[in-house]
Amino acid sequence: MATTETMTLNMGPQHPSTHGVLRLVLELDGEVVVKVTPHIGFLHRGVEKLSEHRTYHQILPLTDRLDYLAPMSNNLGYILAVEKLMAVEVPERAETIRIIMAELTRLESHLVWIACHALDIGAMTVFIYAFRERETVMELYELVSGARMTSNFFRVGGLSQDVPDEFVKKAGDFIDSMPGYLDQYEGLLTTNPIWLKRTVGNGVISAEDAIDIGLTGPALRGSGVDWDLRRDNPYSGYEKYEFKVPTGENCDTYDRYKVRLIEMREACKIVRQGLDRLKPGPVLADCPQVCYPPKENVYNSIEGLIHHFKIASEGFAAPEGEVYHGVEAPKGELGFYIVSDGGNMPERLRIRPPSFVNLQAIEQMSVGSMIADLVAVIGTLDIVLGEIDR
Amino acid sequence: MGVDNPLGDNVITTSLDLLVNWSRKSSIWPMTFGLACCAIEMMATGASHNDLDRFGIIFRASPRQSDCIIIAGTVTKKMLPVIKTVYEQMPEPKWVIAMGACACSGGIFDTYSVVQGIDEALPVDVYIPGCPPRPEALLFGLMKLQDKIMSERNSFGSAIGLGERYIPEAA
Repeated sequence: MATTETMTLNMGPQHPSTHGVLRLVLELDGEVVVKVTPHIGFLHRGVEKLSEHRTYHQILPLTDRLDYLAPMSNNLGYILAVEKLMAVEVPERAETIRIIMAELTRLESHLVWIACHALDIGAMTVFIYAFRERETVMELYELVSGARMTSNFFRVGGLSQDVPDEFVKKAGDFIDSMPGYLDQYEGLLTTNPIWLKRTVGNGVISAEDAIDIGLTGPALRGSGVDWDLRRDNPYSGYEKYEFKVPTGENCDTYDRYKVRLIEMREACKIVRQGLDRLKPGPVLADCPQVCYPPKENVYNSIEGLIHHFKIASEGFAAPEGEVYHGVEAPKGELGFYIVSDGGNMPERLRIRPPSFVNLQAIEQMSVGSMIADLVAVIGTLDIVLGEIDR
Repeated sequence: MGVDNPLGDNVITTSLDLLVNWSRKSSIWPMTFGLACCAIEMMATGASHNDLDRFGIIFRASPRQSDCIIIAGTVTKKMLPVIKTVYEQMPEPKWVIAMGACACSGGIFDTYSVVQGIDEALPVDVYIPGCPPRPEALLFGLMKLQDKIMSERNSFGSAIGLGERYIPEAA
């Protein structure tokens, strides 16, 4: 009598398609996946613990390194939570620039997603194309913040500095050419028979299951759930912008691919609207107990220097209480939950990372499919280990 | 001297060393091993704009086929044994590049879970500072590694099992 038994296979943490250091322990029946157990923590850097010993301004650089594909979205989520705690009003110009940068970040994150996702499935050209455009976003990042990836650009109450004059033209040129590039990617993938065979019907998760697990972002919208925090719980002035929220129908990898591509086109439209609305004005709130003074004051007056020194070394004391603020990061709902005991550092900072929650769907999406399809599922979930492990 | 070099330094062995070094530096094959943020810049360096292929640098997915490991990102205590295993699987000769502040010194993550620099475990050849380093910085680091490979002596002798590779002390 023939008997069958399953085989246990270790995938990762060193594996080209696990997007970093994800480790999966697979139970296989031949080539069919029976069970997937993710093992995480290989990039646990203790960000939440570090935050308990940093002033509110000093935590900001740590948030850059959570989801390092979308640093500005992380900055935005954290800054909005602190501003909620401190009840700071942000000037209009700063809000507009924040939205422009957040949407450019969405473009960048999705560009890296399409590059890696296609590379994992075997389409090398898309990787080369998408990284070409990413380089332009990085140049824009560098223009405004001085850094390519870890931007650390926003401040409580506004921005660290105004954007340079040439930013509007450069960003506008990029946004105008982006739809053409997206057409190129679509030309390579959307009707490509290999791409269709690998993605259509792969990684199916129903809308009910997606909600039960707590999926957010494109992973949720690909299952047909019309939910986007930018529209349904607007922050930073998103209610003033017009954009569509795409949803899928078939709940599979292909639909999530289409959702993300439409999101990129919508992001271009939002950036365009933002650039058109950009009016001169201050970029930092007039709130001396929280915000840094303008640089001219720091360099030219002793009062300004003392003010800067005080904010930089001691920070500011936050009122006692708890706040939560969630933003629609490229990967889903990114939330920051701050508990303050009245001091200049948070008593506890809890981060709700979208990738961590989205990773829970990996079992439902991949059980019963072939092991090669698991690679497509990892790609479509668009996880980043930096924010899963924190 | 203390260096095991039975072939000695003469015009034949040094010319052969030069040939071996030149071929090694012209085809550095690093491991595809991204740990954190720096891995994205490593990918960007390999992609269209900076194009590592022109240096003969091609990322390999298996340690058995690679001769260089770029530690690109934060090394945690949980990850360190894995990195050691991967490093041990690589055949000689092999080189290590510590890319970014975390791999060099732990960076801003001075916590209970982070290894304060990969040089606690592996012999690092080139340190690249930055958080993350720009692609140009990685290119410069790789060119420094090429210089280092070119300065090695007895690379031919060690390849046929006679003596060991060494770098002569700067005069």
